Amino acid sequence: MLVLLGVLVVVLGFATKRNALLVVAVSGIVTAGIDGQSPNEILTTFGTNFASSRSVTVFVITLPVIGLLERYGLREQGRALISRLARLTTGRLLALYLLLRQVTAAFGLMSIGGPAQTVRPLIAPMAEGAAERKYGSLPDRVRERIRSLAASADNVGAFFGEDIFLAVGSILLITGFVNATYHTHLEPLKLALWAIPSAVCALFIHGGRLLYQDRLLARELQSVKSAATTSEEAGA
Amino acid sequence: MIKAEWFYWLVGAVFVVMALQMLRDTTNPKRYGTAAFWGLLGVCFVYSTWVVDKSAPAQPLGVAVLVIAALAGFGRTGRGTAEGTPPERREAFAARYGNKLFIPALCIPVVAVLCSVLVKHWSVGGTPILEKDSETLLGLGIGSLVALAVGMVLLHERRVSVPVHAGRSMLESMGWALVLPQMLAILGAIFATAGVGTQIGRITEHLLPDGQTYTAVIVYCVGMALFTVIMGNAFAAFPVMTAAVGWPVLILHAHGNPAAVLAVGMLSGFCGTLLTPMAANFNLIPAALLELKDTYGPIKAQAPTAVAMLGCNIAIMCLFAF
Repeated sequence: MLVLLGVLVVVLGFATKRNALLVVAVSGIVTAGIDGQSPNEILTTFGTNFASSRSVTVFVITLPVIGLLERYGLREQGRALISRLARLTTGRLLALYLLLRQVTAAFGLMSIGGPAQTVRPLIAPMAEGAAERKYGSLPDRVRERIRSLAASADNVGAFFGEDIFLAVGSILLITGFVNATYHTHLEPLKLALWAIPSAVCALFIHGGRLLYQDRLLARELQSVKSAATTSEEAGA
Repeated sequence: MIKAEWFYWLVGAVFVVMALQMLRDTTNPKRYGTAAFWGLLGVCFVYSTWVVDKSAPAQPLGVAVLVIAALAGFGRTGRGTAEGTPPERREAFAARYGNKLFIPALCIPVVAVLCSVLVKHWSVGGTPILEKDSETLLGLGIGSLVALAVGMVLLHERRVSVPVHAGRSMLESMGWALVLPQMLAILGAIFATAGVGTQIGRITEHLLPDGQTYTAVIVYCVGMALFTVIMGNAFAAFPVMTAAVGWPVLILHAHGNPAAVLAVGMLSGFCGTLLTPMAANFNLIPAALLELKDTYGPIKAQAPTAVAMLGCNIAIMCLFAF
């Protein structure tokens, strides 16, 4: 029963808004201590598990080139490009990106997208550009929401696409854990097939919500626009 | 053979070089703490190589990881005021280079895919060119280097310090959240050895009356989501909830289809990931990268979908797993 104190530490730290990195480290020390590990063993646990989990941090390597391209106007060009694609509205663009992200992730191409790789340099500016083209300059509130939705399309697409690919981390974790703990033999392929129904649901639910944004934007911004400009043609 | 560890050394070196730049950045009021944080992280990345092959003790690495957590936890890290390119100049550059700017950005995924699909099968004298099982990881590294080279040639940029500097300000805006996923992996391992899962299982045994399969499905799926919200990672929640409910109740007792139960259980955890600030790399880092005033913006955008998907997962498991 006592080992559950570690979970309590996380919940309390989270509730009192302490620094999450510190909270998690403290919870680890508390749990390992209750479990009867010596200080020496606790340090070894922290060290070995840091070493074996480095792969989640390596996307840092993409930052210099993305930073360089942004200094030379990558984001501005993304906006310029969308301003020429007349038919893509904010909602349709984000829904299209959701579909692309799901399909590529299902084929194991996780690194094609991501917040640093595509959302910041391309998708968010393009989605904003589409709304700007139709309604002129956007209120901050709307700008924030469009950016948040761009990040959400990336996450939902990745999460509910990747498990269809059988060599992805979560599938390997399931087979690794279950086969080692319960001495059975579970095939990665079967798990991957069972990820498809949820993936289809996610596409319809989140895709539908993204498409619905076009109507929301129209309702919110039409009045702003008609007040601001008189010469421009009203949107379809 | 190109080894995954070489790539980790490169990442470590990038952290150390950026830390040296931070040390000289007088616009950052906490420059010493910030430089120590990232510099130490870089050293840890390299030292880990010998911890993985067990030729060096893991304890010094453990100490360093705790120091990193303390530096961030006690507010010793900060960021400088970056002197980026003014917007007018960026507009001018965009007009000059046009769509060519996309070429380097697209190099990263294209090279990564080529490595994990094609180069994977290449070998010289019997040894594969890329280390086995690390092809995708190495593809990301090689892709980024190719992209950087292509970008610098294309933009006639000769100073390597420019991309490093640009990358550093992005790193500073992400801050300590970048290290959180690794810290959670450590916590997950500690929870597994301490038997947190078996404890939760005992509690649910008391709460769950016999034979109520569908109630158990709800407990498993909602439990996966809630535990993921707490732990920030479905990977950490999965062993706990599966040892508690998934395996003993749903698979052994109710004879559920193991693949369906476990796959959908994991996806229920992903619904939790969409909802939690603890999943910093998916929710807080994008907010920082997109310069949002509301750090919880992405979570708010995801919440309705996450709740609906949890309902879908419960329905899918109830309908098809038994």
